[in-house]
Amino acid sequence: MNPAPSVILFTVLSGAGFGLLGFLGLGVISPTGLIAFSYFTLAFAMAVGGLLASTLHLGNPRNALKAFSQWQTSWLSREAWLAVLTLAVMGLYAIGAIFFGKHLSVLGILGADLSFLTVFATSMIYAQLKTVPRWNQWLTPLLFLSFSLSAATMLTAQNGLAVAPLAVTGVLLILHWLSGDKRFSASGSTIETATGLGGIGKVRLLAPPHTGSNYLMKEMIYVVGRKHALRLRWITLALAVVLPALILLLAPASVLTTALAFILHLIGAFAARWLFFAEAEHVVGLYYGKR
Amino acid sequence: MTSLPTHTEKKLGLVIDLDICVGCHACVTACKGWNDQGYGAPLSDQKPYGDEPEGTFLNRVHSFEITPENGPAQIVHFPKSCLHCDDAPCVTVCPTGASYKRSEDGIVLVNEDACIGCGLCAWACPYGAREMDQAAGIMKKCTLCVDRIYNENLPEADREPACVRTCPTGARAFGDLADPTSAVSKSVADRGGFDLMPELGTKPVNQYLFPRIKDFEGDLDVLSPLLDIQPEATGISGWLDKLLGKL
Ligand code: SF4
Ligand code: SF4
Ligand code: SF4
Repeated sequence: MNPAPSVILFTVLSGAGFGLLGFLGLGVISPTGLIAFSYFTLAFAMAVGGLLASTLHLGNPRNALKAFSQWQTSWLSREAWLAVLTLAVMGLYAIGAIFFGKHLSVLGILGADLSFLTVFATSMIYAQLKTVPRWNQWLTPLLFLSFSLSAATMLTAQNGLAVAPLAVTGVLLILHWLSGDKRFSASGSTIETATGLGGIGKVRLLAPPHTGSNYLMKEMIYVVGRKHALRLRWITLALAVVLPALILLLAPASVLTTALAFILHLIGAFAARWLFFAEAEHVVGLYYGKR
Repeated sequence: MTSLPTHTEKKLGLVIDLDICVGCHACVTACKGWNDQGYGAPLSDQKPYGDEPEGTFLNRVHSFEITPENGPAQIVHFPKSCLHCDDAPCVTVCPTGASYKRSEDGIVLVNEDACIGCGLCAWACPYGAREMDQAAGIMKKCTLCVDRIYNENLPEADREPACVRTCPTGARAFGDLADPTSAVSKSVADRGGFDLMPELGTKPVNQYLFPRIKDFEGDLDVLSPLLDIQPEATGISGWLDKLLGKL
């Protein structure tokens, strides 16, 4: 699948932003006044910035409001609702914390639930697709949630504690890669089932429908850069998990330490998300003789 | 609504006979032609006269080669457009309700006025039947020529999808697959029509008919032993061998 920068930005940033909102809502830290202001600004900037980036991916954004209509069936629509509800509830909670020094725990807990549900809904947009076997597994939502929790723990300066979710993220990344590598063949889709012609013999594409490219090939058959995938997996693990964990464990706790660890982690998360797309193969590739 | 109807009165669709199709692409051209002037945003082209021409098509013809364990390979031309699936995953993922399946005839359509061009439906379709028009930013797909089949302004003979009307070999048939007495249902029953990627559970309405298996009686060609070029051949055969090896 084509790793569109807008979608990578969106899923990583909004995942971190909603995670942080969730932790603020749960009262993991309960800042007030100016400190609360900076925490909430960071959280909202990441969550809203991510959502805005995602609209860049739309071909026809002027109909965007209609995306709220199909929450009964569509995970994308559910995500839109959950995101807006989270922002509204946590907005109220933030006003209480910043201006009145009050933490309304009912609002906070509701907002936290909504935050994590938003991240879950985002992940289900991908995990629901049977056509992309690598995504179509339960590890996908777990991985998205664990990234979100890692970012939140790091940002709420739980230095020692943050190592735990980071380790979980590392394990989930590896599991997702390893089981993802087997998902396509496990799905049972082959060029023979795609054409229904396997009864005669081995099938291969002789001539594609056209000499050039098309939307489907650009969007769903992304092969560039896959040969670097293994190296990138190592880099991802180092940046997203190992280095931030080492910094948090070894360096003295300070805003600077946290910032450095978090920035490294974010870069690693971008790499992880890039791989999430670039390595994912869509079954339509079978009709084009490539995956 | 993007929930699927529990039941459709008719199941209008195509039956494509892989034994007959000669891969002429006339159906591709006819589809593009009709859908440039009727329903919704026209199917655009990008750099049609440039070095990398591209465009939106709702029907495309692939050609596959099948090699049996014994005997010669055979070539099958394989037209593919939306299969108007009964359990259409493209419909349920749509956030706006733009994608829907009609309960009266089972046709899967996109309401272009509601589409945001998110592309999720194209991701959800296993068959590559939906393409985002790059000029309009809107999702396009086969409408089964909904603007022809019910169009009383057209002569009766033209009230079928443009691809079917145009196919010079009669490889494409249009009809109601829910009606066991229809010609399409009968041919499916007689010839063992099959689903594409049945393992994905989309329950396509469109059906494909199997091509005949090629006859095979021993050697393909009486001259074939003479064509057997040895690996270390010299002279002209050696040169040919090298040249062919490079192709
Ligand atoms: S072929 Fe693809 S676009 Fe058509 S109904 Fe089935 S899933 Fe949807
Ligand atoms: S591209 Fe349009 S029709 Fe397809 S899922 Fe998005 S809004 Fe629905
Ligand atoms: S027009 Fe008929 S014969 Fe020609 S490619 Fe299409 S289905 Fe095949």
